[in-house]
Amino acid sequence: MVMQSVRKKIFTIAAFLALFWVFAGAAWAKTEIVWWHAMTGFLGEKVNEIVAKFNASQNEVEVKAVHKGSYPETLTAGIAAYRAKTHPHILQVFEVGTQTMLSSGAIYPVFQLMKDQNISMDWNDFLSIVRSYYSKDGNLYSMPFNSSTAILYYNKSLFKKAGLDPEKPPVSFDDVERCAKAVVASGASKIGFTVAWPSWTLVENMHAWHDQPFSDMDNGFAGMATQLKINGDFGVKVWTHLWRWQKEGLFTYSGRGSKGDQAIINGEAAVGLASTALVGTLTKTAKFEWGTGNLPRMAGFPRGNSIIGGASLWVMKGHKPDEYKAVAKFLEFLGKTEQQAWWHATTGYLPISNSALKALQATDHFKKNPHMWTAFAQITSGKITANSQGLRIGNLVAIRDNIEAELENVLSGKKPPKQGLDDAVKKANEILKEFASMYK
Amino acid sequence: MKKSIFQNRWLPYLLIAPQLIVVIVFFFWPAFDTLRLAVFQTSPFGDRQVFVGLKNFTDLLSSPEYYRSVLHSFIFSLGVTFLGLTFSLFLATLANQKISGLPFYRTAVLWTYGIAPPVSGVIWLFIFHPSYGILTYLLSRVTSYEFNWLLKGWVAMALVIFAATWAHLGYNIAFFLAALQTIPKSVTEAAKVDGASGFSLFRWITFPLLSPVTFFLFIMNMVFSFFETFGIIHAVTQGGPGDTTTIMVYKTYVDGFVHLRMGSSAAQSAILMALVIFLTVLQFRYTERKVFY
Repeated sequence: MVMQSVRKKIFTIAAFLALFWVFAGAAWAKTEIVWWHAMTGFLGEKVNEIVAKFNASQNEVEVKAVHKGSYPETLTAGIAAYRAKTHPHILQVFEVGTQTMLSSGAIYPVFQLMKDQNISMDWNDFLSIVRSYYSKDGNLYSMPFNSSTAILYYNKSLFKKAGLDPEKPPVSFDDVERCAKAVVASGASKIGFTVAWPSWTLVENMHAWHDQPFSDMDNGFAGMATQLKINGDFGVKVWTHLWRWQKEGLFTYSGRGSKGDQAIINGEAAVGLASTALVGTLTKTAKFEWGTGNLPRMAGFPRGNSIIGGASLWVMKGHKPDEYKAVAKFLEFLGKTEQQAWWHATTGYLPISNSALKALQATDHFKKNPHMWTAFAQITSGKITANSQGLRIGNLVAIRDNIEAELENVLSGKKPPKQGLDDAVKKANEILKEFASMYK
Repeated sequence: MKKSIFQNRWLPYLLIAPQLIVVIVFFFWPAFDTLRLAVFQTSPFGDRQVFVGLKNFTDLLSSPEYYRSVLHSFIFSLGVTFLGLTFSLFLATLANQKISGLPFYRTAVLWTYGIAPPVSGVIWLFIFHPSYGILTYLLSRVTSYEFNWLLKGWVAMALVIFAATWAHLGYNIAFFLAALQTIPKSVTEAAKVDGASGFSLFRWITFPLLSPVTFFLFIMNMVFSFFETFGIIHAVTQGGPGDTTTIMVYKTYVDGFVHLRMGSSAAQSAILMALVIFLTVLQFRYTERKVFY
């Protein structure tokens, strides 16, 4: 039918392009390596920029960066390709896929790759919180690339309109409520408070930030996690706040994944929780005044630390030795202080190496871009405990999806907060059990 | 009677071989592979497989979530089918009148079929978006009800039903229009002489004569909405809020390709396969025979 013939045409064109690509590549005689990533829009441009810089810096290796869709889509594409033996050399995988990759048997650990290629890397230059997230037995298994954490954004223009002090970001849940109320009541905006990545900002990060466990086995760092712990007092309290705020029109649910970014970027949301990676976009595009702050605190709970998000680069098994040599060269390039500093400064992702941080501190970068300092200050000021070193949970992708579905059930009034969390935990435990049964 | 016109007994097989190979490679092999996967639990990268027998099926059949996806599928499909058939029959009847600019209208009503499902999903997303959709804005002016499909299940369901109906409208209209034109003038004129007009003409003459096509379209729309609307759901609601728009085929995708649980996903595919076989048999048996001419 029509769809099918369109598909056929697209396929033919793709086949021609692929052929063309192969011949063009052969004529080049450089070692070509492929990197699949999930960076879109502004961030996608920056990925292309860093690749172009590398390609221009030498003439033996040609890196092709290919955008494969969202984070989950990129991971799925990588897996499907691996099973069909057409996988890329480097795959960018978001942090929730870490356990999946570690258990996959499909990867070439980066510490091993660099050792085999005799390239000395100062792995200890990476911030410990980043290193620990992607390491097993003290060795780095993937190359840290874009690390973020959740921070609070607020719209100073809306704050002014609502008669709030634009220099004071809300620091507690009570503050958020007060500010959202003022903004909504004054008619400055309909969205008092919203979040992107609901599970990551409101559940995963909130628990770590308040030193509460996300799962047993120290969030999976001490062994295979089997039980989620998010339906405790703390979790219920957070969701009850959201549920009440939604009812009172203070909180606006913006959808799963990165959907909530939009309300912050286009200036509708007075207060929002999102990734540090939004700083770059906001700096470039925002037509209003905005500020940043730490994640809000819930009174009566201890202080932990926020955890990192973002993604890292995994080198995949099954390629030729000279290609691995090329991969190592590229990773070495990415690990250089200069690139690390550039990537942070243009995108807003965390500066993840100490040397890059020092280089940046020697300039007036952080004075000029205070919002880039916010996330870094937040993530280095907290207490790293068993609950805040990160998450290493099997099939976290499915668990996260399920938490967000239950949050929707709670916010729409279908279930009370406690019940939603209980159901999320129950489902997650089944998923964990299935995952564990695979890797006995 | 002579059994065959072929002298060589291998020649006929040779002649149908290309088609057979295509069918085997692209239909039977994946289908059997699905059935095989359905009795295993497989790790995401496929490096580990544990034989679990029918566990994937029993897990599904004892999970309320799965039954919800079945229920959502039926609500969705029946919604799309009835809405789609009603609208398209109405539009086709209009496009079958003698009016000026007819070629333009006839072309125009077919346009939607040229649009890929995800694109039509995105169009509806823009029209209906809770914060910047034009329709939500207009609705909020006339009613005090909040049409927020990010949280209200039935609004989300209605939205994807509209989007899918709209996307498939052109296909339905094309068939109805063709069928309307095959109705002999003599029949309608005879009815008119007998005093039938307007609605009764449609009710007693046109509609019964259309029944084979209507039945065919009913099956095709059920199949379409069960299996091919993935793009719309994925672009608009991604199965949410909660799981209110998670239809069977979407759940199969999410479990397999997002959650990387191949076993469960394959079992769901097998069930869907049985369903599509059932619908096809139904269509083959009844399109030609049981429909009233």
